[in-house]
Amino acid sequence: MAYEGDELLENVTSKEYEFGFTTNIESDKAPAGLNEDIIRLISSKKNEPQWLLDWRLEAFEIFQKMTEPEWAHVKYEKPNLQAISFYAAPKQKKVLNSLDEMDPELRKTMEKLGISIEEQKRLSGVAVDFVMDSVSVATSFKEKLGELGIIFCSISDAVQEYPELIKKYLGTVIPRTDNYYAALNSAVFTDGSFCYIPKGVRCPMELSTYFRINEAGTGQFERTLLIADEESYVSYLEGCTAPQRDENQLHAAVVELVAMRDAEIKYSTVQNWYPGDKDGKGGIFNFVTKRGMCEGANSKISWTQVETGSAITWKYPSCVLKGDNSVGEFYSVAVTNHFQQADTGTKMIHIGKNTKSTIISKGISSGHSQNSYRGLVQIGKNASNARNFSQCDSLLMTDTSGAHTFPYIEVNNSTAKVEHEATTSKIGEDQIFYCLQRGLDQEQAVSMIVNGYAKDVLNKLPMEFAVEAQKLLAISLEGSVG
Amino acid sequence: MLKIENLHARIEEKEILKGLSLTIGEGEVHAIMGPNGSGKSTLASVLAGREDYEVTEGTVTFNGKDLLDMPAEERAREGLFLAFQYPVEIPGVSNMNFLKAAVGEIRKHRGLEALTAKEFLQLVKEKSQLVELDGQLANRAVNEGFSGGEKKRNEIFQMAMLNPSMCVLDETDSGLDIDALRIVSEGVNAMRDGKRSFVIITHYQRLLDHIVPDFVHVLYKGKIVKSGTKELALELEEKGYDWLKEMEEAK
Ligand SMILES: Nc1ncnc2c1ncn2[C@@H]1O[C@H](COP(=O)(O)OP(=O)(O)OP(=O)(O)O)[C@@H](O)[C@H]1O
Ligand SMILES: [Mg+2]
Repeated sequence: MAYEGDELLENVTSKEYEFGFTTNIESDKAPAGLNEDIIRLISSKKNEPQWLLDWRLEAFEIFQKMTEPEWAHVKYEKPNLQAISFYAAPKQKKVLNSLDEMDPELRKTMEKLGISIEEQKRLSGVAVDFVMDSVSVATSFKEKLGELGIIFCSISDAVQEYPELIKKYLGTVIPRTDNYYAALNSAVFTDGSFCYIPKGVRCPMELSTYFRINEAGTGQFERTLLIADEESYVSYLEGCTAPQRDENQLHAAVVELVAMRDAEIKYSTVQNWYPGDKDGKGGIFNFVTKRGMCEGANSKISWTQVETGSAITWKYPSCVLKGDNSVGEFYSVAVTNHFQQADTGTKMIHIGKNTKSTIISKGISSGHSQNSYRGLVQIGKNASNARNFSQCDSLLMTDTSGAHTFPYIEVNNSTAKVEHEATTSKIGEDQIFYCLQRGLDQEQAVSMIVNGYAKDVLNKLPMEFAVEAQKLLAISLEGSVG
Repeated sequence: MLKIENLHARIEEKEILKGLSLTIGEGEVHAIMGPNGSGKSTLASVLAGREDYEVTEGTVTFNGKDLLDMPAEERAREGLFLAFQYPVEIPGVSNMNFLKAAVGEIRKHRGLEALTAKEFLQLVKEKSQLVELDGQLANRAVNEGFSGGEKKRNEIFQMAMLNPSMCVLDETDSGLDIDALRIVSEGVNAMRDGKRSFVIITHYQRLLDHIVPDFVHVLYKGKIVKSGTKELALELEEKGYDWLKEMEEAK
């Protein structure tokens, strides 16, 4: 949204789909259900090497021995995996003739977010005239990254073009045995992003999935692999503030990051999947496994997330601080409204010496929602002088919403220092009245107070994202004080 | 400009204002005194539109309009300002952003053009000098970590920024040191222009030496029981409230 030429890029992208994906699979849709044959079908449709098929099949075997986890503070009806079709050819979004055909509710929200008409058209799939110039925008973007040796493509393309990198890193940060949904994802993932930053390169622009060439939207089982080689730097953006709808209820993504010696990865997410209606009907289940490996000395990984969507969120972006002096950070704002449920937090696993981690989590609960922070700080026995600081704040907008904090701390080295602070407060009627008395209306007042509360996290987002995220918080909480 | 007639208001079934009447003309300064718990802050809250209070009887007109019919933010935009007895803190929201939004809304309502960034900064500079507010405070979060006196000064700074026509000051003098009291009073006096009106709630005659009122009223048990000129404040200082209370009870 903030990027000039995005719309053009995306346009090119969808055009490319129209004129042929990698194989002729336009009309394919696998029968519902999950079994070895389906996995073989996925792998062959994607023309994958034998080792990857074997890898998927092993994942499936592991998956079958696992049971769905129940420890999270969320309640839902378990998705019926046998009713899901695990492979569908990338399909064109339904093309609308004009914005008038768009869901008026969705349109109102987009307008409030300040999304331009052009952008609204693009996001909602209104047919836009093809502009010749867009080809050059896309090309120059690709060229610029190419000159620096940066690889940024879909994971399927990477399997074809950079098989040795995929083979070397896939599943190394999040093994297939990690958890139920990670195993499932490993067996059936169909799309996602791959990114490699070579040694000594600072990626000059924010990389965004939104920006990626050759990709159509987010998939149900996305797989992202991002590698920052020695002394490199990258800032990566995932998601966008515009409301995202999807007919697939279950989303189980896996994101793996690897930072080598002296490398830094900043990974920012704005998640605004459909949360269901006011009565809690519908909405997306978002069960994500995200983990970063600080492999080399002095490496750094920062996760920043703004979570406002999904009916159920289950997500713990984590850092394994293996390299000496490596640094892990987690900054999170999670908003829940109506009947949403979020169980989110992080794990900081300190293995190397002098490793440092910071956790700042700001939960905001409204309506009848439940918002939980769950965090683990683990200091290994060799992690001398490890440091952690955690701050977990909860803000309640209503008496009917809930906030919960589940901190787990395991310290196996006596030189470590771990600090944990937690607060819970209710949004002050006094604060709102104070704002009203200065001429602001209720919505502005809530927006101001909530953004002030979340400021420490919003400040960590790249500028363009931060401005949109502020508006998004306000919209997510509209009419929610009580 | 502001006409309060037979105002009754209650909170949680408890009647606090019990038939209060008061008329404030353009450019006038009215002081309201009275024992703790007599309903002074309640009056200020009801005027400003706090919803916890239920008005059960009476009318309030502000510049010919029905004040009680307006939501709180509209009252503010129409020119009513309340300097709070206990200003709240809003963590993470900078004073500047807060005021920018407030000034913007108020100007929009009054049909004035939005200020440019430069004009806004100029206004901040000018008005913060009025109450000698440290420039650093303007950049900090609204009232967060401010001392008691700084909060009160910040209220008057905001008042000057928002350019209201009717100012209600609820114990702005409490918590101020001697110098700050003088500075704040001078700030208020500088804003007296013959048109802007003030209601000054205070416990101390001392403030009224600095801001000389046109009228002084005593509020007791939710009603105005005595009105006079500035001499009444001196008399109260000397005799306390007992004689008034006795007079009231005798009725
Ligand atoms: N939420 C409430 N519930 C019940 N009673 C209340 C509530 N708020 C205020 N009151 C009561 O209303 C009465 C008037 O309070 P108010 O704050 O208006 O007094 P005041 O004249 O401003 O006193 P002070 O000089 O101490 O500031 C008091 O008896 C107070 O206890
Ligand atoms: Mg009071």
